[in-house]
Amino acid sequence: MIKLIVFLPLLAAIVAGLGNRSIGNTAAKLVTTGALFVACALSWPIFVGFLTGSREAFVEPVLTFIRSGDLNVDWALRVDALTAVMLVVVTTVSALVHLYSWGYMAEDDSQPRFFAYLSLFTFAMLMLVTSDNLVQMFFGWEGVGLASYLLIGFWYYKPSANAAAIKAFVVNRVGDFGFSLGIFGVFLVFGTVSIPAILAAAPGMAGSTIGFLGHRVDTMTLLCLLLFIGAMGKSAQLGLHTWLPDAMEGPTPVSALIHAATMVTAGVFMVCRLSPLFETSHVALGVVTFIGAATCLFAATVGTVQNDIKRVIAYSTCSQLGYMFFAAGVGAYGAAMFHLFTHAFFKALLFLGAGSVIHAMHHEQDMRYYGALRKHIPITFWAMTAGTLAITGVGIIDVFGFAGFYSKDAILEAAYASGGGGRIAFIVGIFVALLTSFYSWRLVFLTFFGKARWAGSEHIQHAVHDAHGHGHDHGHDHAHAHDAHHDAHPDAEGAGSEPHAHDPGVEQVKHGTAGYHPHESPWTMLVPLGVLTLGAIFAGYIFSPYFVGAETGGAFWKGSIAFNEHLMHAMHGVPLWVKLAPAAVMLTGLAIAWWGYIADTGMPARFTSTFQLLYKFLLNKWYFDELYHAVFVVPAFAIGRFLWKRGDQGTIDRFGPDGAAALVSAGGVLTRKLQSGYVYTYALVMLLGLAGAATWAMAS
Amino acid sequence: MNSLSFMMTLPEVILALGALALLMVSAYAGDRAASFVIGATVALFVAAAVSLIGPAGSGGVAFGGLYRADGFAAFAKLLIYIASAISVIAAHGYFSRLGTLRCEYPILILLSATGMGMMVSAADLLTLYVGLELQSLAAYVLASFLRRDTRAAEAGLKYFVLGALASGILLYGISLLYGFTGTTSFEGIAHALAVPPASTGIATARLFGLVFVFVGLAFKISAVPFHMWTPDVYEGAPTPVTAFFASAPKVAAMGLLVRVAVSALGTETHAWQQIVIFSALASTILGGVAAIGQSNIKRLLAYSSINNVGFALIGLAAGTADGVAAVMTYMTVYVAMTLGSFLCVLQMRDAAGNPVETIASLSGLSRTRPGLAAALAIFMFSLAGIPPLFGFWPKFLVFDAAVGAHLTWLAAVGIATSVIGAFYYLKIVKTMYFDEPAPAYAPSQSAVEGGLIALTALFVSPLGYFAIPALGAASLAAAKALF
Repeated sequence: MIKLIVFLPLLAAIVAGLGNRSIGNTAAKLVTTGALFVACALSWPIFVGFLTGSREAFVEPVLTFIRSGDLNVDWALRVDALTAVMLVVVTTVSALVHLYSWGYMAEDDSQPRFFAYLSLFTFAMLMLVTSDNLVQMFFGWEGVGLASYLLIGFWYYKPSANAAAIKAFVVNRVGDFGFSLGIFGVFLVFGTVSIPAILAAAPGMAGSTIGFLGHRVDTMTLLCLLLFIGAMGKSAQLGLHTWLPDAMEGPTPVSALIHAATMVTAGVFMVCRLSPLFETSHVALGVVTFIGAATCLFAATVGTVQNDIKRVIAYSTCSQLGYMFFAAGVGAYGAAMFHLFTHAFFKALLFLGAGSVIHAMHHEQDMRYYGALRKHIPITFWAMTAGTLAITGVGIIDVFGFAGFYSKDAILEAAYASGGGGRIAFIVGIFVALLTSFYSWRLVFLTFFGKARWAGSEHIQHAVHDAHGHGHDHGHDHAHAHDAHHDAHPDAEGAGSEPHAHDPGVEQVKHGTAGYHPHESPWTMLVPLGVLTLGAIFAGYIFSPYFVGAETGGAFWKGSIAFNEHLMHAMHGVPLWVKLAPAAVMLTGLAIAWWGYIADTGMPARFTSTFQLLYKFLLNKWYFDELYHAVFVVPAFAIGRFLWKRGDQGTIDRFGPDGAAALVSAGGVLTRKLQSGYVYTYALVMLLGLAGAATWAMAS
Repeated sequence: MNSLSFMMTLPEVILALGALALLMVSAYAGDRAASFVIGATVALFVAAAVSLIGPAGSGGVAFGGLYRADGFAAFAKLLIYIASAISVIAAHGYFSRLGTLRCEYPILILLSATGMGMMVSAADLLTLYVGLELQSLAAYVLASFLRRDTRAAEAGLKYFVLGALASGILLYGISLLYGFTGTTSFEGIAHALAVPPASTGIATARLFGLVFVFVGLAFKISAVPFHMWTPDVYEGAPTPVTAFFASAPKVAAMGLLVRVAVSALGTETHAWQQIVIFSALASTILGGVAAIGQSNIKRLLAYSSINNVGFALIGLAAGTADGVAAVMTYMTVYVAMTLGSFLCVLQMRDAAGNPVETIASLSGLSRTRPGLAAALAIFMFSLAGIPPLFGFWPKFLVFDAAVGAHLTWLAAVGIATSVIGAFYYLKIVKTMYFDEPAPAYAPSQSAVEGGLIALTALFVSPLGYFAIPALGAASLAAAKALF
């Protein structure tokens, strides 16, 4: 059965990908979506089985992979509680995103390709989460990276999409380099890449040292940090985060599936999967906590000033991943996985909701040109509101709360309860909760409330213009071609990559509807929104005891992660003010957002003009892109240009291929001249050859 | 002289008597009998091949040591007969379209094949020379077979003049060897050469004899620098004749060269090895370099044959049984590739039915004649030695033999030069598959020619690898007969 779950998407991807246009849009969509819904339907019973405790972990062998000396790697599918959680997350969100894409991609020219990529991604992700050894995990890890690259660059005729795809790929290489070094190191130290064997042997290795770059370092710390670099790349943690916002160049369903719900959480999954390994190194856990908290803060601050609806959610994702990491860093792996689980639902919901808004607003993504959409697309509005309630963590203790209420509060309480560095993470987390509330509500208020500001949008003007002669829903391609030069960021390094470096603010934007009438999305898009809304509302309430319950949690995880029961107890016993703090800051953030974007819409502009420096710092994303551009990209280009012009063309080509080719063609000319057609020339050459041969034979 | 000697020379007897009989037929029946003569010729080749099963294949020495019937000769003869028969079959359509279908063509080929049979069976310098001349004289006539065509006449004359020069050099070498060893038999020469020379003068004279013989034979296989006639003759001669020149005589001359080098001059390997190595490398390089600028497909294939002979010589340069076996395997696959290529060239006719020879006319062939283009592409890839096509295998064998004989550098240079050859072979494929279509050729009229192309293409395709065990064993058995 697990084989069916994993390989059905691959099969569907092959059918849709190779069949492509010859089988047509509908067949490709039916095959892929059907396969995913079957996989999803098969996954939930496994998950429920672990919830009720009726299932035990098992490993299903598939094929022999590598047998070379001591290195034994097999394809095998491992299913335990941790995998089961990921299975339902991946297959559910993927199935819903497939369905959603029926509507969202309806007008695209290459739908079979899109669906094949989506299914291929799902297969790779499932391989990743079911892997029993690090090599297979790496296979899935690279597989999702590839699918992500292909999907970010899906609209390959947009230069910005290509640049973003390359950026995602290259930045991930840095992380993957760390990951592969980690795998090599693990094999060197443990002599195996089998995950259970590594985890069993890890405690015995604690405290040993190993030579690395000429220094003696703690073995476990080194291995964990190398592996964590891989996780940082995949999960867009501070330093290697720069690709995630640009990845929003891909179609919105892709953002929902890959860059919110599943792939970017692979790093968190990996840390949890290897949690017994990380438990052996306090230094590594400290680094995980620090990086997680820093990312959490960084991304949230940047998210508050973004105007592109998808970028706000992208930074929000980055920030939420930070929460998960510092939860893992303080030892609350259950809480990290819980937040991963609930986040998958409400973040996919927010993205798909944003997609619905973008669809309604004719591919306008700038929130400054939204407003007053509440009445026009009510279902999307309510779905987005549910998602916002979930992400900001609305709820009443011991009564009911939205999904994020349970998971985020569990993380914050665990951070507080763990003491030490966790206290700092707690303070950061509380502040970020305020920011989260602010930017989430800002998004809702700008999009759905206030007055319509659509008139200023070029997309809307195009749509209105087109509507005179053509159908209502026309102009899709138009919009893309337009994207290429308008709102995209021509250089991925993006100096001040917002369209307007000096934010005009909401006030300055031209008001009015320009005669445009937004329309609600088709049912294929609304059904996934509905299902995810249910998840965003109830996922926390229902599953909280299993993931983070002090007693019930251990029974659920059954050792698939390092479940710290002591910490879970302490977490439930934190002071009341710690439990209330998230709710308080959440309300504060809501109030600020309401003040700035409903009550007094001139306030943000006044604020930004007062704190110009801070505003610019945030708007330019802490100047990370500029820094990387100056430190890595420019020198890399310089070295590349030198090697290309001087090294390759000037030396290798000149004396190598080009030189040889020139020599050969010169020889050709010479021999043709010699081949004069005169018999006496030929006879002369023969006799010269004879004389030469005789001379040579005599001489030797 | 006894009946066994005749039994051992049965293939030559069949071909010679058959040729004379058919000559009588043509004398009385005229050119109306051409089709019959062609059929009879093929039948004679089959009969000659079948006769190899008897003493003719393994009988030993005949006619008092003048002639040798062994596995090596049988292997070469079988190849020669197959190649000759295909050249005869392929000619039928070509000459009848030109209205010049004559009885003499198959008869000349029969006589030439008789000479070739004697060449590969030679155990004496006299047999060697007589066989060579019989083969050559028939070939000179064949080259100018379309005597009203100035190009053919020029080709025949050039071939004859330069061939006469080469024969003179060979004969001079033979007389020197005879003079300083006192015998014309290969065995006797080998014995005599094993004795250290009495003076440096004798040593020098022997060496000269050896060099002259090698040069004379190198002309026949068109190894550089004795190759100059090849492009002109190949271009000028009628295409079926060119196909014949490029296949059977090459096998015969290579077989003769190998036999002389190993049987008669085996003790002097150090003396001729250098010449062979030089000639091998010069042939591979020049065959590759000079072909690049060619616009005529027959000229290009001429350089291709020079190039291939160079590779085969690398096997001989090794001087070992493995090396000789590699040469025989090489010639087998080479014959298939070359005949296949020329059969494709025979298909190149413009709408009016006139033969076309420019490479440019192949443009876009994949769209007008996909089957022909695919076959030619297979031959080109195979000639370039690109795996998994069968042309890769013999190249691998000769390089392997060279490495086995501690001539690693020779193998390395050989591999490097094969890259040059790959360029122009692949350029033809590029022309056929990626260029805009030129005017389409006239449709094929002969199922036989199409069938032959398909057969040769299958042999050099990856399917040929199934033949490796049989071919390898036969080549090695043939080579062992010399050592």
